[in-house]
Amino acid sequence: MAQIRKGGKKKVPAISTASLPDVVFMLLFFFMAATSMKEVTYMVTMRMPEATELQKLEKKSLVRYVYIGAPKPEFQKRFGTSTRIQLDDAFADVSQLEDYVVRERSAMKEEEQNLLTICIKADKDTKMGVITDVKQALRRAYALKINYAALKRTNVYY
Amino acid sequence: MGKREVQEINASSMADIAFLLLIFFLVTTTMSVDSGLSRQLPPPLPPDMEKPNVEIKERNIFVVLINSQNQLLVQGELLDIKQLKTKAKEFIKNEANSVNLPEILPVEVTFEGGITETVMTTKNHIISLQNDVGTQYQKYIEVQNELVAAYNEIRNEYSTNRFGSTYAALSEENKKAVQDIYPQKISEAEPKKYGGNK
Repeated sequence: MAQIRKGGKKKVPAISTASLPDVVFMLLFFFMAATSMKEVTYMVTMRMPEATELQKLEKKSLVRYVYIGAPKPEFQKRFGTSTRIQLDDAFADVSQLEDYVVRERSAMKEEEQNLLTICIKADKDTKMGVITDVKQALRRAYALKINYAALKRTNVYY
Repeated sequence: MGKREVQEINASSMADIAFLLLIFFLVTTTMSVDSGLSRQLPPPLPPDMEKPNVEIKERNIFVVLINSQNQLLVQGELLDIKQLKTKAKEFIKNEANSVNLPEILPVEVTFEGGITETVMTTKNHIISLQNDVGTQYQKYIEVQNELVAAYNEIRNEYSTNRFGSTYAALSEENKKAVQDIYPQKISEAEPKKYGGNK
């Protein structure tokens, strides 16, 4: 690959590209390790609220998400524009939440079942009435560990 | 030599393959780890049971109300969210041992190495957060955030005074001890209607 050509004319030797695959592979492995595939397609628009005292959600396998927000434009014809709840890949009603939690929990390993965390990802303009309904449903399903998803606030508040 | 040499496989396309994969992973990567405010909900009440009448002394409760216009009523007075943290810290610590702020009671805590000590603290205090059906979620999170910030600052101050390091740098046992001294007690009450919906 990287041999100096022995032609009649003296040419500038080509830069060796032999290590290029190595470099690229290194980058590749980095991104492979850092990747977490997006599991669901959001059907609701969510602009996260902002906060400063955030805690990271440690183990992805212990977390289930509840998405709350107005349906995206392509769904508005069928589902309207008022706030809806999305579980996995479908719109759901608050009454389905309890079943969902129970189902998800029974699918988990037994020793991890009490570590189940529900992450509430809600649009910042959501009315608290909806959130409260969700919270009450979670309480009934004994999913007591919850997390309000929020973004890190960059500008200082005071 | 008589031996025939095995022809070398051309590896120059390896870079292309790797690039292809790299670009795929670049596109699908979502780096951000989810983060948020963690809370613990109270267990549900059995449906046939009356609400238990837990008696809490008035001085031990710190009431924060948020109405449908996103205004705050803290301990009966209108307050700006910027002052909430200071107010909450004052309440949780009760340094002056005021009769209007929560009572200071002894608490036994175990520090690192099994050292047990009795510390005077406001262990029975409760922050009651109540919101309206029409409250905006962002406001609710902001208020929660301020309350958590108040706790974090208090714990940090205590750790700096006692151990000379921040709360985050403490050992697990000491963290637990500081948590026992200043337990996070934010109660999220059930919603009541205070004003008309917007």
